[in-house]
Amino acid sequence: MARLVLQRVLLGFLTLWLVSVLIFAGTELLPGDVASAILGQSATPETVAALRTSLGLDQPAVQRYFEWLVHFVRGDLGNSLTNGQPIGAELMPRLFNTLFLACYTAFVAIPLAVALGVASAIREGGVLDRVANTVTLASISMPEFFVGYLLILVLAVKFPVLPSLAAVSPDMSTGERIYTTTLPMLTLLFVVTAHMMRTTRASVLAVMGSAYVETGILKGLPKWRIVVRHALPNALAPIINAVSFNLAYLIVGVIMVEVVFVYPGVGQLMVDAVSKRDLPVVQACGMLFALAYVGLNTLADVLAVWANPRLRHKR
Amino acid sequence: MKSFDNEKSASSKGEAPAGVSRRGFLKTAVSVGAGGVGLGMGLALPARAAGASQPRRGGVLKLGMSGGNTTDSLDPTLLPDWVPLNQAYMLMNGLIEIDAKMQVQPELLTSWEAKPGAAEWTFNVRQGVTFHNGKTLDADDIVYSINLHRGDASRSAIKSNLAEIAEVRKLGPYQIGIKLNGGNADLPYLLSDYHLLVVPNGFKDWSRPVGTGPFVFGEYTPGVRSLFHRNPHYWKADAAWVDAVEVIVINDVTARTNALISGQVHAINRVDFKTVDLLKRSPAVNVVRSAGGQHFTFLMDCSTTQFADNNVRLAIKYGIDRQKQLDTILRGYGSIGNDHPIPRTDRFYAADIAQHTYDPDKSKFYLKKAGLSTLKLELATSDAAFAGAVDSASLFQTESAPAGIRLSIQRQPSDSYWDKGWMHAPFSMGYWGGRPTADQMFSTAWQSTAKWNDTHWRDPKFDALLLQARGLLDDGKRRELYREMQSIASENGGAMIPLFADYIDATSSRLKGATSHPLFNFMGGRLAQYVWLEA
Repeated sequence: MARLVLQRVLLGFLTLWLVSVLIFAGTELLPGDVASAILGQSATPETVAALRTSLGLDQPAVQRYFEWLVHFVRGDLGNSLTNGQPIGAELMPRLFNTLFLACYTAFVAIPLAVALGVASAIREGGVLDRVANTVTLASISMPEFFVGYLLILVLAVKFPVLPSLAAVSPDMSTGERIYTTTLPMLTLLFVVTAHMMRTTRASVLAVMGSAYVETGILKGLPKWRIVVRHALPNALAPIINAVSFNLAYLIVGVIMVEVVFVYPGVGQLMVDAVSKRDLPVVQACGMLFALAYVGLNTLADVLAVWANPRLRHKR
Repeated sequence: MKSFDNEKSASSKGEAPAGVSRRGFLKTAVSVGAGGVGLGMGLALPARAAGASQPRRGGVLKLGMSGGNTTDSLDPTLLPDWVPLNQAYMLMNGLIEIDAKMQVQPELLTSWEAKPGAAEWTFNVRQGVTFHNGKTLDADDIVYSINLHRGDASRSAIKSNLAEIAEVRKLGPYQIGIKLNGGNADLPYLLSDYHLLVVPNGFKDWSRPVGTGPFVFGEYTPGVRSLFHRNPHYWKADAAWVDAVEVIVINDVTARTNALISGQVHAINRVDFKTVDLLKRSPAVNVVRSAGGQHFTFLMDCSTTQFADNNVRLAIKYGIDRQKQLDTILRGYGSIGNDHPIPRTDRFYAADIAQHTYDPDKSKFYLKKAGLSTLKLELATSDAAFAGAVDSASLFQTESAPAGIRLSIQRQPSDSYWDKGWMHAPFSMGYWGGRPTADQMFSTAWQSTAKWNDTHWRDPKFDALLLQARGLLDDGKRRELYREMQSIASENGGAMIPLFADYIDATSSRLKGATSHPLFNFMGGRLAQYVWLEA
């Protein structure tokens, strides 16, 4: 077990390093650089050159990459090229916002999805199963910004119970923050619940056909007890995978929701930085996202092994 | 979200000046001479609409704005977009203000005088003004603030605009002198540029700008929000009504509109042309429409063999249905252009020049004159050129077909369009934010030596007229020269200009004092200090 964890962590670091090279190369390949992006249409060769020199962009790309890497390993993210602010200070409040929204959504979505999945597996083909299936399929088929606009129309404009802007500020209390972010949370809830619920339902049902479940039925155990005590623990591995996948999505994939609700998360920061070719910021966001993905997937792998005795004990 | 990108360089080329009428010039000088320090401003500044409520102190003004990015900076040499422009005007004052009638008005410079020939100028600095840090404003601060945009090391967006300034120096504690390389009667307009903001001598901390403006720096997160509190010692008597102003960056136009309708903000900028009419139906919302110099361009590179022949250019100019473009692209919120960049709001606009109309036969005729039966063209376009540019190109493709013009549309990504498309492709699209004076507009993009002569058009007669008009102080004579230039540009120029677009803001009916301004949205960027909230 310890060896497996160590191996996974080392692989994770390798992935992170590869990601940093890819992001750097990708941003370098994009036409234009930060100087021409900042100056836009008003760029003249003279002002672009002056700006490039003042930002150190006249150095070769490889040298800039290794300078960045050395600083990054020491924990220094550097300064933004466009506004000169330290990236760490810029990133932290946004990271907090992103994690807050992800946790808030996960806190509601995971229990809801697992409960719905189990319930519809128990009553397969029942009313609940069919309604849950239809609703989740519909919501997963619609783009999240559309779900967001629909929710705004109903809950902010027609029946103004929730604010359409999730413009949180650091001085807000937790209660205010929860209230302000409820609409984006609901939007994300629609998107992530479907996947987790359907995986839960499918993997529980798969286990339900096995011999020991049949034994349970013949023994006269109530169905809920068979599902919760015997089927669910054995169906856990795919569920953990689906949950971790959706958690990663909640951290790295919510840019559209950030735009619609004007929520200051990391996604918007990265998109702005890419369009302005602000490389250190792109790198910092990219590493963060990669870390979230790699970390959550590694955790899911380890947990899946832990949940499955056949994998835990070597044959 | 790529559609916001067309706004990113909007402000960096938003305006810049040149061209004071003799009358306006005298009016300014007289009003200042008679009223002394502290008077003069507020003269033709936001005229209060008749029957409007009396200004009231208090409340927190909330603005939902497009044009902000996390990469924004309040450094006056950059001010890369609409949001930082507005925030900068909350914290700092300019040298000279442009009023709703496009006239120059004193701001931190109170009066000015030119020696004959308009190459040597003296300006008087407003007295009794203090910065937020308690320092008193004097000539050194003004000289320092102007010089931020000059010199080899400067990276200012308006560096080339100020290249004609040879020297800026202090003449006395409250007086500065400016020497130009050549005469320019429009120097006060040039100095009204929004990048020319005043900070204390030696100031460099752009993360927390200190100015003389109506609001004092409070909280600021680039591209997200800002909260600035009222400056209790603000020197303008008739301004800064609200206790604080909060800017919330809302780049998504639907989210912005929702925020206004649901009452979360008091005003939004850059309203979607498609929804203005729906918005107007709501009694709780007012729409503020400003006609100005913003215009859309189809650029023909006159240095290519294809467009070197003016007959080909005329064939293009007669091949577009301007009214249809106006109705479709702008839903009527703008006006038709006549292939020169001077808007109806300009005092030198020549109304008597024949309008180019949609006439495929005439277009065919000019093609024939050029020895062509059909013309194959590739048009480079992008959403960055202006909102609706790609639609406009498709419309033009259909409209020009009967004349024998075979257009293929080459769509380019927004984030590199200004780098690779504009001024590079032989036939491309773009826009200009308009300039306060005809001279400034022509010398920015039409003079043969201009850096942004985006059609590479050269006309020696036009250049000569432009130089001649610049040094003149006689308004009547200038009007004649500018009429001729507009006529030459329209008939021979390399740009087809089908549309002038209005700027549209929307405000809550609680917000009072917001008026039209020909420069751009939100009263030329100074809205926060002139409006008030009704109880």
